[in-house]
Amino acid sequence: MTPRLGEIWVYLSASPLLGLSLTLLAYQAAFWLHKRCNGHPAANPVLLSVLALVAILWATGTSYATYFEGAQFVHFLLGPATVALAIPLYAQFARLKRLALPLLATLVAGSITAALSAVAVAAALGGSRVTQLSLAPKSVTTPIAMGIAERVGGLPSLTAVLVIMTGILGAIGARYVYRLLAVKDEAVRGFALGLASHGIGTARAFQESEQAGAFAALAMGLNGLATALLVPLLLPLLAG
Amino acid sequence: MLPALTLLLTYQLVGEVIAQFFALPVPGPVIGMALLFATLALRGAVSEELRGTANGLLQHLSLLFVPAGTGVMLHFGRLADEWLALLASLLVSTAVTIAVSALLMRMLMRRREAEDKA
Repeated sequence: MTPRLGEIWVYLSASPLLGLSLTLLAYQAAFWLHKRCNGHPAANPVLLSVLALVAILWATGTSYATYFEGAQFVHFLLGPATVALAIPLYAQFARLKRLALPLLATLVAGSITAALSAVAVAAALGGSRVTQLSLAPKSVTTPIAMGIAERVGGLPSLTAVLVIMTGILGAIGARYVYRLLAVKDEAVRGFALGLASHGIGTARAFQESEQAGAFAALAMGLNGLATALLVPLLLPLLAG
Repeated sequence: MLPALTLLLTYQLVGEVIAQFFALPVPGPVIGMALLFATLALRGAVSEELRGTANGLLQHLSLLFVPAGTGVMLHFGRLADEWLALLASLLVSTAVTIAVSALLMRMLMRRREAEDKA
């Protein structure tokens, strides 16, 4: 019995099916738990899924590279999903046109704040230069952030993780910031969250309302552009 | 669903080609999103089919970040060494960015609304 199971394991661990199914199963379980907690932001589905997957991979001695052979099919969908954000964005088109100037000003200020504050705090607490550079693009969506990190001399794979953590922190914490500052407008709540916490913040904003989600998607897309242009220009100012 | 998915992937592809050709710092999917948005704005309507497929993809947007997030296991060493700087940086920067953006946008929107009334 046991040797037979061992053979099956050897066979499965060499195929992408396992990494793919594990990702979906972990997410389904995490999403179920998230629902059970009445959608509380702290029971964030990404956080729960990642914790479960790391535990499983560690316990079975599976490398990340092996896992990713299967998980890449899910990862790939980030591309078409990013393109698909044009649709909720379009639904808010009339409102966006009227608000173009406030949105652009907020975008530039928020984008610079995100990059500079991350680098400055890490520098003040003795973070290494590579860590600082990897942190700079942490507020924008994974593929953009990895590209920027590579350009400025950070570690793209570390940046990917910091991006996800930023997304989770924003999705969990935004409500407390909004409560403190009495921010009630759905458009503002969505835009600020999408700007600071990209796609995970956007996913959270869509749970609040379609309008918050659309503004978050807009902020995420625009901040991808803004950060890609601004961070390479800003970093020399901070060179320590 | 299939035509809509083909459309999304084609826009992504065109975005990638533009990004590579002009050596832009912006990734292809973001350019694809901008192009699709421009197309919809010009045409003035979204087909039910495209709307449905987009909703399907976006409904579980969180799932798509799980594979990259699991990459945390590659960086346990650095996280252990620099956890304080990293954690403080992420916490402070995320909270400050949300606060600055929300306050500025609220202020500018109120000014805009006051102008509209005047």
